[in-house]
Amino acid sequence: MNDLTPDRDDRTAKLKGIGCARKRVEDARFTQGKGNYVDDIKLPGMLFGDFVRSPYAHARVKSIDTSAAMALDGVVAVLTAKDLEPLGLHWMPTLAGDKQMVLADGKVLFQGQEVAFVVARDRYIAADAVELVEVEYEELPVITDPFEALQSDVTLREDLTPGADGAHGPRRHPNHIFLWEEGDKSATEEVIAAADVVAEEMIYYHRTHPCPLETCGCVASMDKVNGKLTVYGTFQAPHVVRTVASLLSGIDEHNIRVVSPDIGGGFGNKVGVYPGYVCAIVASIVTGVPVKWVEDRMENLMATAFARDYWMKGKIAATKDGKITGLWCHVTADHGAFDACADPTKFPAGFFHICTGSYDIPVAYVGVDGVYTNKAPGGVAYRCSFRVTEAAYFIERMIEILAIELGMDAAELRRLNFIRADQFPYQSALGWEYDSGDYHTAWDKALKAVDYAGLRAEQADRVAAFKRGETRKLLGIGLTHFTEIVGAGPVKNCDILGMGMFDSCEIRIHPTGSAIARLGTISQGQGHATTFAQILASEIGIPADKITVEEGDTDTAPYGLGTYGSRSTPVAGAATALAGRKIRAKAQMIAAYLLEVHDDDVEFDIDRFVVKGAPERFKTMAEIAYAAYHQAIPGVEPGLEAVSYYDPPNMTYPFGAYICVMEIDVDTGEIEVRQFYALDDCGTRINPMVIEGQVHGGLTEALAIAMGQEIAYDEMGNVKTGTLMDFFLPTAWETPHYTTDHTETPSPHHPIGAKGVGESPNVGGVPAFSNAVHDALRPFGLRQTHMPHDHWRIWRAAHALGLHG
Amino acid sequence: MIPAAFEYHRPGDLPSALALLQEHGDEARVIAGGHSLIPMMKLRMAEVPHLIDLQAIDALRGITIDGRRITLGAMVTQAEIIAHAGLNTHAPILREAALQIADPQVRAMGTLGGNVANGDPGNDMPGLMQCLNATFHVTGPDGSRDIPAREFYESAYLTAREDDEILTAVSFDAPTGGQAYAKQKRKIGDYATAAAAVILTREGAHCTAASIAMTNLSDTPIWAEAAGDALVGTACNEDAVIAAITAMQAAIDPSEDNRGPAEFKRHAAGIILARAIARAWSRA
Repeated sequence: MNDLTPDRDDRTAKLKGIGCARKRVEDARFTQGKGNYVDDIKLPGMLFGDFVRSPYAHARVKSIDTSAAMALDGVVAVLTAKDLEPLGLHWMPTLAGDKQMVLADGKVLFQGQEVAFVVARDRYIAADAVELVEVEYEELPVITDPFEALQSDVTLREDLTPGADGAHGPRRHPNHIFLWEEGDKSATEEVIAAADVVAEEMIYYHRTHPCPLETCGCVASMDKVNGKLTVYGTFQAPHVVRTVASLLSGIDEHNIRVVSPDIGGGFGNKVGVYPGYVCAIVASIVTGVPVKWVEDRMENLMATAFARDYWMKGKIAATKDGKITGLWCHVTADHGAFDACADPTKFPAGFFHICTGSYDIPVAYVGVDGVYTNKAPGGVAYRCSFRVTEAAYFIERMIEILAIELGMDAAELRRLNFIRADQFPYQSALGWEYDSGDYHTAWDKALKAVDYAGLRAEQADRVAAFKRGETRKLLGIGLTHFTEIVGAGPVKNCDILGMGMFDSCEIRIHPTGSAIARLGTISQGQGHATTFAQILASEIGIPADKITVEEGDTDTAPYGLGTYGSRSTPVAGAATALAGRKIRAKAQMIAAYLLEVHDDDVEFDIDRFVVKGAPERFKTMAEIAYAAYHQAIPGVEPGLEAVSYYDPPNMTYPFGAYICVMEIDVDTGEIEVRQFYALDDCGTRINPMVIEGQVHGGLTEALAIAMGQEIAYDEMGNVKTGTLMDFFLPTAWETPHYTTDHTETPSPHHPIGAKGVGESPNVGGVPAFSNAVHDALRPFGLRQTHMPHDHWRIWRAAHALGLHG
Repeated sequence: MIPAAFEYHRPGDLPSALALLQEHGDEARVIAGGHSLIPMMKLRMAEVPHLIDLQAIDALRGITIDGRRITLGAMVTQAEIIAHAGLNTHAPILREAALQIADPQVRAMGTLGGNVANGDPGNDMPGLMQCLNATFHVTGPDGSRDIPAREFYESAYLTAREDDEILTAVSFDAPTGGQAYAKQKRKIGDYATAAAAVILTREGAHCTAASIAMTNLSDTPIWAEAAGDALVGTACNEDAVIAAITAMQAAIDPSEDNRGPAEFKRHAAGIILARAIARAWSRA
């Protein structure tokens, strides 16, 4: 080496690889209003679609008269189920093995359901024409309660054969969808019967909605000359949409191009296929010109996929010393009018059976009953891996209730039952193999960071002051230790409509030493263009700034299952690293040739290959790339490209310890989050700044869900929270300050040890906020009060405890 | 969320605006900041074939302070109220209330006139104007007239203004004593769960005059005269405040909505009023 050779630290820093808080490359366009979203796409001659929607939650459609709408100047077509039926598209399959009406076929089953699709010259004419479509309804009895649905003699889904099995086995009632079970029921019940202590409670995780800033929409463009269909849309899984579109339409898959442009947040809302996509595609095929459909905010909240709505009955058994001996859970899952959950096909309740959480529970049982009601379909994973938020909330509430039952401190109860670091890989009673973790270390770090003992002393003082009449505010300490399961998933047990949940990356190194990488995933704000370039930078020694990451165009990107369930880093990130290693393997051969040594005599060193023992003899990756395209190398093909399809051997299991300190005014129900400490362990940390941003965003969504965000219905099935006046979307004003922290326990099976982080703060945040509310009122006897903890519900809980005199 | 087609008018003076109202009758509505009317039009709950925009009429703008008399043009925005130094000196309660309305973007467009004239019980300014005993100035085809704020509101969206009249200005005497506007809301941008405007005059240890008005607790703002009377002659101590709350609670008639059941709102209204009284008293 000579003086001109930068040292290793400088060379590493220049790459901006794994571990670098690199600024997000996407933000230059987003912060300048230069993003390109679906509604920015304008094609020549484009028409606009708009829906006639049902005002009723349950009604028979007696007639639809489209003549007045068709007579309006500028209206091109009005589609109803009758028009779609000859194409077999009046119904469509859902991701959960059910089918869903595209347009009302004889009846409507939820308020806001799509009844007719108006296509017009511009969106104003389309909206006017919607008013002119005359639909005659005959109202039917409405069921909004899943428990009532299973008792009722009103059949919601008349299209299903009574008594016939559903996609997930027997249906015991016309409004029953499935019973899905996991674990050892009889052993669990025996343990509970024999236990010293059993805590039993109903935990409701209310219906909410992902509510991304950008609503759902698409532009479908059928080119009748060359037979190609292009669909631009808000798709979290563009390749899946292409395959489904091909299967439904009969158009050969190579003649369909699906493009996800910039997406303004997805959070699970943009995984499924919606009637709007089908109608826009049909309308474009019929008219031969592009058709745009973009829903408005009310349509998004009322009709596209909701999340949660799980009634979770739990029993947790323990010894009198607090050692948990068993966990039993039965869920009544309100799926709405159609089962349109976006779960891996074999898992009708997603990964809910991660509900043993961070604890070493020897025996457990879960049963989930899916139920139809007159509500919008969905049940998507809102910033979580399939039903993991519900599972984490369930176990973290049950732990708190067990602590009450035992008269124990809830932090100590957790510590006593954590899976120990030496137990990993850990086989859970419900069938999962946890890859890695060190819960005790994380927990102790968190408790110390907030001075947990000091907080408990302050809380006791506050309770005393409250009882003396000196204050009306109580202090709550919300504890959570969550374990997620993300990165779906191994093809052997995870598929969506038969497509294995692998993911992919294709890399091309350019002759001058820059690169493009294409992935089967699609960023919706996660910053893939930033972080995947960092993975590659560390793997192949080319600076991240010289690597373009491209996703979302099915004509160019390799096949992948898309972005949701924190799967991008665990699956596509692994594919990226492995494709990078293929590049590196070929680069090694080229370097050896150029250095005139054997392949085994060179080794990779940050941004170059060096001759072992002679670091002054090297070839940089830029030099190697140039040679790959410009030099004839015996036995080596020209070019430097690689593709990798990665089938993960296991899920990853990120975890974290969150503590929320909250002040509660018992009279008004107003709250103030005084402190929020969030420790995340997502394995190897690719970009600490992106992680922090993810944690801040996810915690803010968790705050929203726990403290006010809900999709509520009245008894007639009317949506009561259809606008942002009533649906809580926090602004900077409502957002507390967060303190983030971390431990780092790499995943042993992931090529770079990364686990995924985007959803952890939502999974862990909701129980932390909710537990804080419960904890504040625990000294006065509160066991369980359901979310959302908005002002009046906190007031009601305090009132029921007699705190208002 | 796309409104039906409408004609847009932008008159340059008040007579032109009145003439347009005359001409189009029921088919016309005036628009100030638009934060109530435009959402109603987008939801197609209000159909307005002729929309008369008042923003080009200079005579409806401006804040004047003439001795103790304060006059605000109907098109004065919440942002202008917040930024006006003289107003903040003579009637700081306006700024305190305006800062609790929606968010900066809305306040840049939202006007005092629109806020008081629309008759929405959720709006903050009507109750405040009743607390201040303000006068609303309206002009119609037969000329101008004054309507006391305390007599303006008949029920939700129904006011003493005739359809062919335009509210041009609001005036009131600068209040003396301590003032406070307290509001409970679920989040930024929300209407009040409960809000209270309180003005207290203090001489020595005692309250000599009190005016109390409540927002979003009935289908109109509620000027709770008896609640104010309960404080006069007292030192605004706990018993007096309880008496004021009791009197106020007898005057309001909250209804259940997503903010909560009536019982909760009644309770919250008492707490919010107590906060406003305490703050106003500390400033008196």
